[in-house]
Amino acid sequence: MSQLSSADTTTETPAEEATEVEIDERRQAVLDELTARLGDAVVGSHIRPGDDLWVRVERAAWPEAAQVAKALGYTWFDFLSGIDWLPSPFGRDMDAQVDLQVSGAPVKEPAPLVQGYAGGDTRFQVFARLYSIAAGMGIHFKADLPDDELSIGTWSRTYFGADWHERETAEMFGFHFEGHPHLVKLYLPADFQGFPLRKDFPLLARRVRPWPGIVDVEPMPGGDESEGEGE
Amino acid sequence: MTLLLAAFDPPYWVSTLIKVLVISIVVPTTALILGMVFLFKVMSWMQSRLGPQEAGPRGTLQLLADGVKFLQKEDIAPFGADRFIFRTAPLVVLMSTLLLYVALPASAHLVVSDLDVGVFYVLAVSSLSVLGVLMAGWASANKYSLMGGLRAAGQLIAYELPMVLAVLGVVIQAGTLSLNGIVFAQANGSIFGWDAIGNPYILTQFVGFFIFLAAVQAELTQPPFDMPVAESEIVSGYQVEYTGFRFLIFFLAEFATAFVFAGIASVLFLGGWAVPWLDTASDWYYVLGPVVLFAKVMIVSFIIFWVRFTYPRFREDQLQSFAWKILIPLALANIVVTSVLKVVL
Amino acid sequence: MTATSDREQIAALAARANDNRVNLDFETEGMTLNMGPQHPATHGTLRIVARLDGEQVISAEPVPGYMHRGYEKLVEVRSYPQINTLVNRIDWLGSFANEVPFILAAEKLMGVEAPPRAQWIRTILFEMSRIANISLFLGDYGLQLGAMTAGFYAFRDREHVLNQIEAATGGRFHPNFDRIGGLKDDLPKGWITDSHRAMDKLLAFCDELDDLLVGNEIFQSRTRGIGVIPRDIALSYGLSGANLRASGVDWDLRRDSCPPGLVYDQADWKVWTHPDGDCFGRTWVRLQETREAALIVKQLLDTIPSGPVMAKVPRIIKVPEGEAYVETENPLGAMGYYIISKGDLVPFRVKIRSASFNNISVVPWVARGAYVPDLISILGSLYFILGDIDR
Repeated sequence: MSQLSSADTTTETPAEEATEVEIDERRQAVLDELTARLGDAVVGSHIRPGDDLWVRVERAAWPEAAQVAKALGYTWFDFLSGIDWLPSPFGRDMDAQVDLQVSGAPVKEPAPLVQGYAGGDTRFQVFARLYSIAAGMGIHFKADLPDDELSIGTWSRTYFGADWHERETAEMFGFHFEGHPHLVKLYLPADFQGFPLRKDFPLLARRVRPWPGIVDVEPMPGGDESEGEGE
Repeated sequence: MTLLLAAFDPPYWVSTLIKVLVISIVVPTTALILGMVFLFKVMSWMQSRLGPQEAGPRGTLQLLADGVKFLQKEDIAPFGADRFIFRTAPLVVLMSTLLLYVALPASAHLVVSDLDVGVFYVLAVSSLSVLGVLMAGWASANKYSLMGGLRAAGQLIAYELPMVLAVLGVVIQAGTLSLNGIVFAQANGSIFGWDAIGNPYILTQFVGFFIFLAAVQAELTQPPFDMPVAESEIVSGYQVEYTGFRFLIFFLAEFATAFVFAGIASVLFLGGWAVPWLDTASDWYYVLGPVVLFAKVMIVSFIIFWVRFTYPRFREDQLQSFAWKILIPLALANIVVTSVLKVVL
Repeated sequence: MTATSDREQIAALAARANDNRVNLDFETEGMTLNMGPQHPATHGTLRIVARLDGEQVISAEPVPGYMHRGYEKLVEVRSYPQINTLVNRIDWLGSFANEVPFILAAEKLMGVEAPPRAQWIRTILFEMSRIANISLFLGDYGLQLGAMTAGFYAFRDREHVLNQIEAATGGRFHPNFDRIGGLKDDLPKGWITDSHRAMDKLLAFCDELDDLLVGNEIFQSRTRGIGVIPRDIALSYGLSGANLRASGVDWDLRRDSCPPGLVYDQADWKVWTHPDGDCFGRTWVRLQETREAALIVKQLLDTIPSGPVMAKVPRIIKVPEGEAYVETENPLGAMGYYIISKGDLVPFRVKIRSASFNNISVVPWVARGAYVPDLISILGSLYFILGDIDR
């Protein structure tokens, strides 16, 4: 679940090391507090020292997590959105398949489904961020959504700003937010079919034309020829 | 010269024709002059930009070019509009403007019709434009137009009153309702016995002058009283559906009205066509009168447009309460003071 | 419609409609006014469906999306340098400020840090785009309230700043100057002196505008007490930037959690707040912010260290696996990029948190019971850029 966390501690310089431990403790304290209040609902977590905190909660505890965080002083609502973890090449096949054929490279095998920080078991996740102005820290919340029931409780009762974010997430990923007062499309036309930010939604422009990045660029001197997809 | 003119006694229809021609030339010309000088040049100067440069010398013919452009446009009436009323509305507004010019004296004799009740007449016909504005707002079948029309109606009616009351002070002091009479009264008057410059009523009726200018600003629906045509919220209000020459008529009427109101303000408060050191009976006024009046009009217009370019706009309820709670009590107090002084002195 | 509980809404509405109960006696029919997508007050293509009772707004629902360009999808098929060009267009008045959080997030994942000189210049250009953005707001807000001249003054003096941005980056509106690991170029010769002069002109402009517009009685009567957003509501809606500070929240990301890569701690400056939370407060805070931004620029100009402007980064940028979120205090408010990378040339997912999106979502709450002219005051003072809402 947290095997990814070791890759992140690259930027610390010795000077920051002293403060880093202290801030780390603060985030750990917040995490402990959340765990104490939410109980078993906290199913995963990740702390990047001195930077950020990720907490994954049970789907059923999603609205409760917002209330608990608000009670802890995380009053400022930052954003809410979704993630589709369906891996490449499906996500990039609109460019990758075509491009790889052009450059003669072998077609990649689909990679396994790997969730990011704080882990996860499902393809779709909802994630959101709250911020405490007093503490100067933010929390990222994540929750798994099983494929057969893409539905989760709304945050818009606790954080009014979540209203629009949930509408956007709903139209972009096809999630349903239970209890949302007005869950209609925000950006897209009302008769729009499909969920654009899902990885299996084709980006038509890329289907019609291959990624210009690969056909236009001449091979760079000294560059790695097999990776000619660069700028 | 007086004799010469006295000898020239054309039949009624000839003099009427001449007057119609003069008005129909003067009205667009004055509108063009005000538009050109203030809307383009003075505004550009105040806003540190250049303004039109290409058409004619230093862009002076820009408005003509614009006018020609408007004339070429298709005359569109929106679907659902009440076509007859929609098309008549600009003419009603223009008619109100034309009627105003009738009473404006450019000298003792250079006036289309020297009415005995000139002040009364001017104030009466100036409110005719409300009718046209309401017609335009209602007949356009557009929500913005409707809101603009209703706002305009409310505002124009509300500001009639301070205007009338402001003028009343002048009328009391001059003792006449004739515009020429008021000019004579100012030219021949004296301030507590000192008559070197006559008695321009701006000195004694400065409160009235301020109220009159504020009311004029509101009648012209210009900032800070331009809520009826606020382009950033109801996109020019009742004018929103008009195109081509009908829009041009609104434009002409607006600026010609600005000119004639500035003219009336100069007649009422600045001594009109007269200059202090020249006897009002002088023949020079056949030439000098229009020039003097024009100069004074430009000064008053400058103030009107200066305010227009500077201030933000009042909200509808704020400008109503400004009229009813500030201007009208002020005007009433002015009348009381004027009457008392008139009786006492 | 909004997420406020009914009780709160009724209370707010009743408080405002207390002295103007128009329609209790004669039941008139409301009117739906469809403002936009093309309307001068929405400067862009925002549509607002307002339900009116006479001139009073019963409900106002913004309908965005007429300019939705799907950036979050587009960035999934673009390499990081290409995305930099794309995100320039989010808030097109302060373009450079859009690049910075994205680049910082990528730098955080890569573990790269820009050299000090690049950090300094980055901060200066960041503040210059803030000035370019907010000075236009100050003029444009006057324009929306009917004061034409302020708008032209803003255009005139904003030009000095744009010239400086252009001189340094080559682009007036879309610099695309920030790079992972530093900047594209060093500053041109004489730029620092010119920038000092431009900032002086800008400070003079702020004084002028203070006089001409913000001090004007009509302006104050149009903005004071209009569109009041209480502190809790502002926080709950995720308002940020001047909109939040005008509600009395003393919070500025530049001061409180400045991400590494920007050097705001090197300058001496203040965060301004206003207790009222009304349209006037928001305008006033922005005016003060413009001044502070000019002062920050002037201080940083004097202390730019010498050295390279580009750290050593690989020619082909592949960002290591991981997730990072960087948020900065942009002209419009807090803007952040949540980058999920799988170690590819392209990011796996980028969530763009733009300030205007949250800022404008408060409109249904705040516009209730206002008059139509107040709706313009409110919309103008919340200050949104369409690209920043629609992305």
